[in-house]
Amino acid sequence: MKMPTSNITFGKTGSSIKVIPVDEVSLEARAASLATRSIKTSSKKAALHLTIRCIDLTTLEGADTPEKVASLCQKAKRPDPSNHDVPSVAAVCVYPEMVHHAVEATRNSKVKVASVAGAFPSGLSTIEARTADISDAVKRGADEIDIVLNRSAFLSGDEQRAFEEIVASKDACGEAHLKVILEVGELGSYDKIRQASMLAMAAGADFIKTSTGKIPQASSLPRVLCMAEAVRDFAYQTNISVGIKAAGGIRTAKQAWHYLVVIGETLGSEWLNPEMFRIGASGLLNDVLLQLNRLDSGSYSGPDYVTVD
Amino acid sequence: MAGKIPIAKTYKLFIDGAFPRSESGRTFSVNNSEGELIANVSQASRKDFREAVRAARSAQSPWASRTAYNRGQILYRVAEMLESRKPEFLELLKSIGVNNRVATREIEDSIQRLVWYAGWSDKYSQLLGSVNPVSGPYFNFTVPEPTGVVGIIAPTEPAMLGFISRIAPAIVSGNTVVVVSEAQSSLTSVTIAEVLVTSDVPAGVVNILTGDQTDLLPWMVGHLDVNAVDISGISPKTDLTHLEEVASNVKRVVSRSVDEESLELISDFLEMKTVWHPIGR
Amino acid sequence: MANSNSKDGSDLEDFGIEYASAIESTSLVTIKDKYGLFIDGEFVSSSSGKSFETLDPSTENSLSVVTEASSEDVDRAVRAARASYEKYWKKMPGTDRARYLFRIARHLQERAREFAVLETLDGGKPIKESRDVDLPLAAAHFFYHAGWADKLEYAFPQRKLEPHGVVGQIIPWNFPLLMAAWKLAPALACGNTVVLKPAETTPLTALLLAEVIRDVDLPPGVINIVTGAGATGSAIVEHPEVNKLAFTGSTEVGKLIQRSAVKRNLPLTLELGGKAPHVIFEDAALDQAIEGVINGIFFNQGHVCCAGSRLLVQESIADNFIDRLQKRIELLRVGNPLDKNTDIGAINSKAQLERIDQLVKAGIEEGAEVFKPSCSLPENGYWYPPTVLTGVQQSHRVAREEIFGPVLVVQTFRTPEEALEKANNTPYGLSAGIWTEKGSLIHWMAERLRAGVIWANTFNKFDPASPFGGYKESGFGREGGMQGLGAYLKNSGGRS
Repeated sequence: MKMPTSNITFGKTGSSIKVIPVDEVSLEARAASLATRSIKTSSKKAALHLTIRCIDLTTLEGADTPEKVASLCQKAKRPDPSNHDVPSVAAVCVYPEMVHHAVEATRNSKVKVASVAGAFPSGLSTIEARTADISDAVKRGADEIDIVLNRSAFLSGDEQRAFEEIVASKDACGEAHLKVILEVGELGSYDKIRQASMLAMAAGADFIKTSTGKIPQASSLPRVLCMAEAVRDFAYQTNISVGIKAAGGIRTAKQAWHYLVVIGETLGSEWLNPEMFRIGASGLLNDVLLQLNRLDSGSYSGPDYVTVD
Repeated sequence: MAGKIPIAKTYKLFIDGAFPRSESGRTFSVNNSEGELIANVSQASRKDFREAVRAARSAQSPWASRTAYNRGQILYRVAEMLESRKPEFLELLKSIGVNNRVATREIEDSIQRLVWYAGWSDKYSQLLGSVNPVSGPYFNFTVPEPTGVVGIIAPTEPAMLGFISRIAPAIVSGNTVVVVSEAQSSLTSVTIAEVLVTSDVPAGVVNILTGDQTDLLPWMVGHLDVNAVDISGISPKTDLTHLEEVASNVKRVVSRSVDEESLELISDFLEMKTVWHPIGR
Repeated sequence: MANSNSKDGSDLEDFGIEYASAIESTSLVTIKDKYGLFIDGEFVSSSSGKSFETLDPSTENSLSVVTEASSEDVDRAVRAARASYEKYWKKMPGTDRARYLFRIARHLQERAREFAVLETLDGGKPIKESRDVDLPLAAAHFFYHAGWADKLEYAFPQRKLEPHGVVGQIIPWNFPLLMAAWKLAPALACGNTVVLKPAETTPLTALLLAEVIRDVDLPPGVINIVTGAGATGSAIVEHPEVNKLAFTGSTEVGKLIQRSAVKRNLPLTLELGGKAPHVIFEDAALDQAIEGVINGIFFNQGHVCCAGSRLLVQESIADNFIDRLQKRIELLRVGNPLDKNTDIGAINSKAQLERIDQLVKAGIEEGAEVFKPSCSLPENGYWYPPTVLTGVQQSHRVAREEIFGPVLVVQTFRTPEEALEKANNTPYGLSAGIWTEKGSLIHWMAERLRAGVIWANTFNKFDPASPFGGYKESGFGREGGMQGLGAYLKNSGGRS
């Protein structure tokens, strides 16, 4: 893959994927226009519930402890202890070292355990070390593995290597789902986001994900729109449906439903479920709960009325 | 007169760089100020007009595609060629009753006018066009472009300066023209055609129909492949109701005093094109 | 197709892409039972006592009764404009004219939501368009031209500039307030006084503008607004005391006006119809191109003179592109114009609906294939679904005539030369669109397309600083930008 518009053949699959260029201004205008969608009343409640169901509740701190993870898992299973209507989140997302604690804490629930792996967040260790890391996380019980695209290889023109590493990572995942983090904030243009999306999907990603959350430039509505258009195009070209995970900087319920609108109006309602769409976040859940309280009670809630975990 | 019998010039039409007779076979006579016959001049018909428009149309896009610099050089070349034929034009103007002083001045002014417009060829765009500060991430600019094929009713007076004053601002920007020139002024017009043909002006850029403006006006304003009409030279007795048919294809109508010289005259034969393009990565 | 009217709410466990209705409140709009003519700073009744109803095209409910101006009323308006020109406007320094225009701009911004709701009620366009496009642009036009009022000599140096005097302006129903702004702002900035006629199906925002004009203390008679249909328009066109005419509307009516004006050597500018080619090359940013095509033809129900109504797709990607386009059209939301999520509102009038329907039927008879999405339309009101006609040949009526509705005709091409030839093969020349990632091809096309506005990798963008107007039968004169001022000044060199 050299030029954004060229037909490219990826590695051993031998399949040829066309990568279509992206116009930044039109893309951003479309995202801004979708952000004016008005979500009211019953739609708002449905959107809030769906948001919760799509959350990967995340803690990726060096200071994470088994207790911290256990607390997160409790919140994941029962976001609002006072209201049984509120669904559990999709998954918790932790470091490999914390996976077995998370597996323990989510036993007998629908909440999945996702683990970042493979020299997260840079990806810059040997591929052998990275696949070993992935295998280890899977062995510890992770259902889903979040790895990073090798931006060093991708941006220096060695797309083939970036591609092959994802293929190897996918092998290492076995049954676990593979999410490939593109770290869109480092790619420099929507054309590169589109290329990276197509490359990751062609290499076997089950999900493509925006960001690690470790750099300030993270997920944004137009970036996710760009990825959603790539997913739509990939499905069009190959008949394979790939999921999307938006992560980093998503803190409010309103932001979250803008993402739902972008996904729904680009990919259709088949993508509006936790199998195909995730939001990686930590603080978002509480804002969603505040909004739900407001809808149920009719008055505005406050931070003391949702749990801090 | 001593010596050989002089050879009189046959004044014919000027279409697509050639000098055909009218397909109608008709002529009209032009007399000098003493009432003596100077010449029989071809009288253009509506079919000649049609041919002239056809020639003008096929010449238009190539002419407009020339560089502005090149069009300027060609207009300057016309001035040079006029300069070299000053005595001939002086005699011609005198023969139709212009006195020596006025005629000399008219020729000088005509040459100067061509030089003036020649110099405009690569400048008017910079004055009339613009880069527009729109509210959004777009590069937005406006450029003037030639209107296309222009029909011109040439003023009968001043015959030479009127003709030059009307065609120069139209062709400098890349329009092509079909000029109707009547009565005595047709002699200078056809003689100017001889200048044009030796001045690198491509065939079809200027087409000249000698004849009766009242005959040809309806065909000019009604022709769907004429984009603009310049009626500056229209006779004051002409009924403007004849102009209604300009609406058949929404022609631009230009009416100015016959011998003015200005940038506005260039813009009379221009369209403004605005182009938008996003600015992004 | 999602239909915002079809379902009030959604399954709680399935957000889907249904949105519960989100209706913009109409409470801040007060519509009077009856409106007079706005002449010499006051609302007055007609000499004839005639009036007509204006409808909400999305429900066919009557909104109000509007006065029909007779030729005596038009005469009164022209005399008021003349008197005002002599008494106030001609003498007023540009700096003061500017201040009035700035004031109008500010009032429009302050009352934007009210104007937007009224525009949507009277015209049927989606509230998100009247709110996000019509109103901000209308205010921007006054703001932009305000700044010119005392700087005209910088735009046209070395000329003896002079206003025309009384200007007659006739505007269409597709962007009622915005077109009023496009007309009024430059005319006033250049020192003219005005008699303006809004379209008979959409007079209400112009009449609300009359309130603003009063509120900003504009001297009486500087702007006069006369409502009515064709006869009222004719009275303006034929009035001997009108010094300049400006018209936006159909090419058919524009030609009639030119016939009348040319006989009197009356300055005239025309912004008429179009049949814009929208050219998609195989290397384009196709996802954005699809959005561009959607916006190009379905913006304002396709009631746009510069709409991208002729899609020209490179044959190598045509099937793919049309397939994707049709999938995208399925997602458009047709319905209540006041719903903030509505993409396509009501057709402006019964007459226009019939014209669209008739032309599409003609297209089908000539062999075009028709695509309409699986949407249901409201029972009352005037509606037409977004429609795509494929298999259209250059000779078909639908490829040549302006439909002025949400109907896209599709043709293909193989080479840039062929695209250009087909694109230019029309008597119109208002606008054109190009989508390609190749910069030199953009300029090659932009230089050769015979149209006044070229949108490359975008479409239907407007700005007061950007001149707008047509080539060929799409009219002459420009609106917006420095070049647009020329229409309202003598000796400017601009086409007026």
